[in-house]
Amino acid sequence: MLDDFFTRALIGGVGVALVAGPIGCFIIWRRLAYFGDTLSHSALLGIALALLLEINITLTVFLISVLVSFLLLLLQRRATLSSDALLGLLAHSTLALGLVVLAFLTWVRVDLMGFLFGDILAVTAYDLATIWGGGIIALAVLSFIWNSLFAITVNYDLATAEGIKPEIINMIFTVIVAAVIAVSMKLVGVLLITALLIMPAATARRFSTSPEWMAVIAAVVGSVSVLIGLNGSLKWDTPAGPSIVVAALLCFIVSLLPLPNLIEMKKRGFTRIANLLVKAKENDEAS
Amino acid sequence: MINFHFQLNRQKRADIVLISLENAGVRRSDKWLVRGVTMQIEPGEIVTMIGPNGSGKSTTAKIALGIIKADEGVTYQKEDLSVGYVPQKLDVNWTLPLSVNRFLRLTNAASKEQMQQALLATETLHLANSQMSKLSGGEFQRVLLARAIIRNPELLVLDEPVQGIDFNGEIALYKLIDDIRDRLGCGILLISHDLHMVMSTTDRVLCLNGHVCCSGTPATVASSKEFKSLFGHHAASSLAFYEHKHDHEHQLDGKIKSAT
Repeated sequence: MLDDFFTRALIGGVGVALVAGPIGCFIIWRRLAYFGDTLSHSALLGIALALLLEINITLTVFLISVLVSFLLLLLQRRATLSSDALLGLLAHSTLALGLVVLAFLTWVRVDLMGFLFGDILAVTAYDLATIWGGGIIALAVLSFIWNSLFAITVNYDLATAEGIKPEIINMIFTVIVAAVIAVSMKLVGVLLITALLIMPAATARRFSTSPEWMAVIAAVVGSVSVLIGLNGSLKWDTPAGPSIVVAALLCFIVSLLPLPNLIEMKKRGFTRIANLLVKAKENDEAS
Repeated sequence: MINFHFQLNRQKRADIVLISLENAGVRRSDKWLVRGVTMQIEPGEIVTMIGPNGSGKSTTAKIALGIIKADEGVTYQKEDLSVGYVPQKLDVNWTLPLSVNRFLRLTNAASKEQMQQALLATETLHLANSQMSKLSGGEFQRVLLARAIIRNPELLVLDEPVQGIDFNGEIALYKLIDDIRDRLGCGILLISHDLHMVMSTTDRVLCLNGHVCCSGTPATVASSKEFKSLFGHHAASSLAFYEHKHDHEHQLDGKIKSAT
């Protein structure tokens, strides 16, 4: 089964989507979209360095992403530039550095388009092991820190005051994001990873009444986008990454349609009844 | 009205210091936000911090809670101190699907019964399944308070807990805070902008304006020169009216409570 490149791409894509959904929720809640962008742009520098030193690409991308995010933390503490300026600076300088280093590697035949926009042909059985192995570890760690991370997300001061250690939790979260970027890079491409993080989560928001549900729905929406996108990519010979993102966009547009929101209607109906009961009781007591 | 099943023995907690600051100060670039703050909170007492905007009330509370590290002075926190915190600002934007029930379990596990008790105590039981982003200002503050007391804290820190609540609701809320102190035996650090509203329940007052202007019992502070110069004679002389007699009681939402 794994001999077929398309099956491999599907399995890999769904694996990526399952992790990207929950992580993407936090990216949205914490307004970190540009941070995700910066890390994924820096992935190209990782690729270039890996090819230069002839070492494992995924691992190098992961390490460079972690390095860049820690560098960002350091700069935020020291520098007087605002965060978004720092992010832009890091994103584009790492991307440019990566491209320049790649240009020097005349002895390596590099499929730049594949790295930038994803290449379903490139997913090997070894990559699948990395995606699923890394993905399961990432999800396990995420579920372990879930409550603390969520508390910090809602209010940093409150979480700190009540005994959560935000520095450690934030650092773990950053490492998870870097890992997701490293494993999903081959499939969706460096430039579009953030879309896979954000769009399913944004789609899921409308159908969720709790953070946990939003994470689950985002994972499902992401997987559906991968299925639709990859099939489209195969059919019309379009690049894998953009096809998946277009499919995710379609899902998002569908979520905007004025369909009745079942979950919320149920909840609303319930609260209304509850309110009525409370009022009736008050009237009883008053009379 | 309130029936906490986790009632605690107040005696047992006596002569412990929950939190203390000694000459604490925090500096941002070249400016001291607050400096030379000395205070301590013991179990069962309500300490109120008052002062104009930007006088460093919230900053002082954050130093005491360990959210901000003091650049100067000594801070102490009792080991394994359990804290309930109502921050001044808490923004739940639309992207965050967060119901009141889920919010109550934000930093700790809580049983259904505990959640009901806390909501009942703050008269927000009917909001249990509402989304946080859809609450009104007053409802929001009461849910914040419910969450803070759910873990039966040793120290409750309330930063402007009456924002968005009307005058009579304010009185009811302060009464509730007083109640909570009696039932839980916890120490309370209350930040407020008006002294006369909190005077009846407060044990000690700390008047801040970048430093501690004056401190002591409410009556001492109200009659002190520093307080008058900070808030004006008008504020000092109007202190009496908080004690006006009510001919009826209000619920937290301002509705008149029916006689039973």
